[in-house]
Amino acid sequence: MRALASSPTLDRLGARKAAERAIYRASKGGFQAVAGAGRTFAAARKLRSPARQPVAGKRSMFDLTPSAEQEMLVEAIGDFAGSAMRPAAGQADAELRTPPELLAQGVELGLFALAIPEELGGVMEERSAVTAALAYEALGRGDMGIALAILAPAAVATALSLWGDAEQQSRYLEPFAGEQPPAGALALLEDAPLFDPLAPTTRARRQGADWLLDGEKALVPRAAEGELFVVGAQTPSGSPGLFIIEGGSGGLSAQAQPAMGLRAAATARLRLEEVRVPASALLAEGDPAAYRECVQRARIAWCALSVGVAQAVRDYVIPYVKERVAFGEPIANRQAVAFAVADIAVELEGMRLATWRAASRADAGSEFAREAALARALCARHGMRIGAEGVQLLGGHGYVKEHPVERWYRDLRAAGLLEGALLV
Amino acid sequence: MINLEIPGRLRALAQQANEVAREVFRPISRKYDREEHAYPKELDMLAALMEGMEASGEMEGAGAAGVRRTGGGEEGVRNGSNMATVLGIIELCYGDVGLLLTMPRQGLGNSAIASVANEEQLQRFGGKWAAMAITEPEAGSDSAAIKTTAVLDGDEYVLNGEKIFVTSGSRADLIVVWATLDRSKGRAAIKSFVVPRETPGLILERVEHKLGIRASDTANFRLENCRIPKENLLGSPEIDTAKGFAGVMQTFDNTRPLVAGMAVGLARACIEETTRLLAEAGVRVDPTRPAYAQPAAAARLLELEADYEAARLLTIQAAWMADNAKPNSLQASMAKAKAGRTCVEVALGCVELAGGLGYSEESLLEKWARDAKILDIFEGTQQIQLLIIARQLLGKSSAELR
Repeated sequence: MRALASSPTLDRLGARKAAERAIYRASKGGFQAVAGAGRTFAAARKLRSPARQPVAGKRSMFDLTPSAEQEMLVEAIGDFAGSAMRPAAGQADAELRTPPELLAQGVELGLFALAIPEELGGVMEERSAVTAALAYEALGRGDMGIALAILAPAAVATALSLWGDAEQQSRYLEPFAGEQPPAGALALLEDAPLFDPLAPTTRARRQGADWLLDGEKALVPRAAEGELFVVGAQTPSGSPGLFIIEGGSGGLSAQAQPAMGLRAAATARLRLEEVRVPASALLAEGDPAAYRECVQRARIAWCALSVGVAQAVRDYVIPYVKERVAFGEPIANRQAVAFAVADIAVELEGMRLATWRAASRADAGSEFAREAALARALCARHGMRIGAEGVQLLGGHGYVKEHPVERWYRDLRAAGLLEGALLV
Repeated sequence: MINLEIPGRLRALAQQANEVAREVFRPISRKYDREEHAYPKELDMLAALMEGMEASGEMEGAGAAGVRRTGGGEEGVRNGSNMATVLGIIELCYGDVGLLLTMPRQGLGNSAIASVANEEQLQRFGGKWAAMAITEPEAGSDSAAIKTTAVLDGDEYVLNGEKIFVTSGSRADLIVVWATLDRSKGRAAIKSFVVPRETPGLILERVEHKLGIRASDTANFRLENCRIPKENLLGSPEIDTAKGFAGVMQTFDNTRPLVAGMAVGLARACIEETTRLLAEAGVRVDPTRPAYAQPAAAARLLELEADYEAARLLTIQAAWMADNAKPNSLQASMAKAKAGRTCVEVALGCVELAGGLGYSEESLLEKWARDAKILDIFEGTQQIQLLIIARQLLGKSSAELR
């Protein structure tokens, strides 16, 4: 808290008031209006048609080699993950927030620019789910909660990039290419056992030319400080759609909703009470295919993050079991321990390949619903098992906060069950 | 650039193998499961056809000989003979693992010869059917403990010992026998020797009755002063203790992905059949809806299919690495470990999902579930693969991590 209170970054970002309000709200409890930091969204220039990044298209060869560009990005993120994210992870987890300087560094790494077409200030020639998956995996190795905090606004940018029309993009997408991109989140999840994102209880109804939205979204990253949301809601057509909602909208409120893990992402419940948005707030004209694609792309992104966390577990337990001595020799010399490490490596590699396949099919313009579902099933089950084994291999030491494995255990539970919040 | 789809020309090749699986293997699957030890004569014509295609280059090296590593040097990514071979095997085992194992001239011995034989040996043993004899009554996974000896006597090696579980042993023309030149020198002294089936002193003792893969014969041999020309030794006759086991183990690096491919093919057969049966019962997997918002059978099938997908991708990864001259010992073992356990899990799970029908002989599911178990055992058991993987990850020798 002291570090935050004296942070010059807060002032530089003009975010001190918003941050103070967010902390006040989180500590006070109850739903508080989402003020949106007073940002107004206005189109700096008008696009005549929506800007879309070209996709990679179909490739002729089976290949597991990243491009030079991807390798550079992964290396840069890897440095950031190791030197900045990992050391900050314990405190961010305890304080339920990610330090603003880390968020700013995430922006500097170009993580948002991945999602933005070149003519709007983006950096990548092609849009690539594989590149995003590789980047998220590298972030996951640092810390899943901080990664989610950094990437939450990027999901909004990606949604606008993929499904926004010229007007929506002119108004909302360009700010994401700037130095102070809006805080934002993609909210699909709701609190309900067996929740099906294709059947949300949050509803949108017409009133004149406007939409009125009612409902509640769960575990929305950094919702309290959100300036721009994309929210999934059932429409009168019978299928759900994606709505753009500005932070300052009347009837929009948030309540801190801390969870088992991902605590650095300041997860919160987002309540919508007769939130009025214009007709133009609906993305992709409510096309059910766009909504489904959004759900599937989010799952690939969660898989990529969980692959990174599972890799962190793998890399952490290997030196540990080689150094830890019991009964006169390293525990790594015991098959029961060694086989657990081997199993982690095998399942991790399967998770990674399945995630890459789903992402590469998305880039090729092929159907990827099945592949995304298979990757998710693997990451949910084996990712969690890897998290649990990570703690088990350290024994009692794994259960205490001196080591990061207990946090990875909590974070990995999220991979197979959360919806939305991230996009590739 | 990262892409995990199979290129079109290899998909076309796989499609041909798939047709063989459906039209040649499946119709006789049950027959040779029931008539264990009967020779599946239908395969002779198929083998001739495959060899013709192989010779014409149409197969892209998708036979047992496809594992030979030719020098790299070409620019760019290759999707070559290792991948073609694995894809062919996946498809054929989608038809029937037992029948693939007894395909004339496509034995593991052929892969061993292709991997380590010199040019002269390739000429001499070409066109022959070669089986592989490693296991002994007291040396299974512990192949360094083999007791069969080879003693040089003039221009001949004299072999003595006992070999069990020799796949295609009673049908093959050649048996590739692992024997030691000097039992005091350990692994480094173990070499492979090509023994023609009719050599005096190579005595067929018995053909096994098995849980599954009954179309494939599994033979036990005794070697009694069995004399072969010294030119039948594969690889170098030097006992190089520094290099150790490398020579003979090289075959395994190349064949583990093939056995993983067998498991992948069998698993896919189970999943496809169960998907069909469940659809008839009104249960379909919806990939977009959460698994737990669907019927339990759909959720279970999705889970099995996910593990199948991981096994398949690991297997193709290992083959891709071989094609691109990347060391793949770790990935080959990962593929074999994952595919071996997955095919058992998938096959047994599918029998369970199909209920009494899956368990009865009316369905091939029960046969596939019996066939599956061998794939987690031969060419290195699950536990041996985990040992190989763990030793590499942890940097442990076989003395430290036993």
